[in-house]
Amino acid sequence: MALTREQMAQRVARELQDGFYVNLGIGIPTLVANYIPDGIDVMLQSENGLLGMGRYPTEDELDPDMINAGKETVTVRPGAAIFSSAESFAMIRGGHVDLTVLGAFEVDQQGNIASWMIPGKLIKGMGGAMDLVAGAENIICTMTHASKHGESKLLEKCELPLTGAGCINRVLTDLAYLEIKDGAFILKERAPGVSVEEIIEKTAGKLVVPDHVPEMTFDD
Amino acid sequence: MAGFDKRVASYEEAMEGIESGMTVIAGGFGLCGIPENLIAEIKRRGVNDLTVVSNNCGVDGFGLGVLLEDRQIKKILASYVGENALFEKQMLNNEIEVVLTPQGTLAEKMRAGGAGIPAFYTATGYGTPIGDGKEVREFNGRHYILEEAITGDFAIVKGWKADRYGNVMYRHTAQNFNPMAATAGKITVVEVEEIVEPGELEPSQIHTPGIYVDRIIQGTFEKRIEKRTVRS
Repeated sequence: MALTREQMAQRVARELQDGFYVNLGIGIPTLVANYIPDGIDVMLQSENGLLGMGRYPTEDELDPDMINAGKETVTVRPGAAIFSSAESFAMIRGGHVDLTVLGAFEVDQQGNIASWMIPGKLIKGMGGAMDLVAGAENIICTMTHASKHGESKLLEKCELPLTGAGCINRVLTDLAYLEIKDGAFILKERAPGVSVEEIIEKTAGKLVVPDHVPEMTFDD
Repeated sequence: MAGFDKRVASYEEAMEGIESGMTVIAGGFGLCGIPENLIAEIKRRGVNDLTVVSNNCGVDGFGLGVLLEDRQIKKILASYVGENALFEKQMLNNEIEVVLTPQGTLAEKMRAGGAGIPAFYTATGYGTPIGDGKEVREFNGRHYILEEAITGDFAIVKGWKADRYGNVMYRHTAQNFNPMAATAGKITVVEVEEIVEPGELEPSQIHTPGIYVDRIIQGTFEKRIEKRTVRS
């Protein structure tokens, strides 16, 4: 079975380490915040100028001056800091954020990512995504392995306009967890019940398959 | 003699001197921390052919979105322009020129503009359409593109508290692009929720020192929420 969005978030959350500053993109990455393992403290960075994002507010706490990068109303956790957009992107571009998790349309075996523009469709903009992928050492891309029509999104070369070049080293899809190294995807784990053959079939880019590919396990 | 007193008596006076064809830099992120009354005054004045520099372009009927209604914006530099049907329509009809700019690059363009730095190198956008036609240089084995700074004829800024001398503090994440915008205007206008006497604000807590600020006005704000998310 392909992973659900929640399972994808759960799997990404296992990559969190105690003391990490983490930027979570919109969509599945946002859900990662719900699965931070016990005993681990992470600080969530929101690129509109907030380090230490908390939960959504109650009705009483609701404040139009307190939002996240998705423009949702939020709260801050104890120990949070608030700053300007320039300061926020100094953190991001300066490589101070330990982990960035974001979605993508396509990723290729050279670590290129396309996530902001589909020519011919309405273009809404890249927001902070180009800064995030250029600035972070450590990025996990979350996406479905293939389109609804079965076309692979893990390619030899991205077809859509790039968000960043050579910057992605890890990808979690609904079928597999992969690393990108030396011009190839390396299959590290597969979703429960998903065969290596299915992953091979749905990966258009160069794929390295080790002898043993463990199956991910989930509590529920 | 007004000395350092930057207060103006009306919004009309606050935007005195704005003309068609000018560049306006605006603070705000989404609808958070936007100079909503200064924007409304630009609308009232009916100036057009404006170049607007702002992370977003408001929504239909609020924020910078109101300047689209009478086609006052000729060109916009922004990082994200979703959530606005009128904007979409004008963009698709080529009635508005849109220069999509990565968010960090946009913030740095304003910061550099205000700091007298004409351009800077950044890795953001290298190898993407944003880097097309821009100078590339390699430093320590990495590629960077040259991005130019931005200054505006006007900067419009939303603060929380200010003193009469134009020292400004922002509230929570309503800070966002406002401090950089404030540095980058030939004329910087700040609207705030409260104006206090000099000495009442803690000097080390000032976000925007008064040296950047030309005019200051106290207003009332709707503070519309774009995405209302609550937990039960």
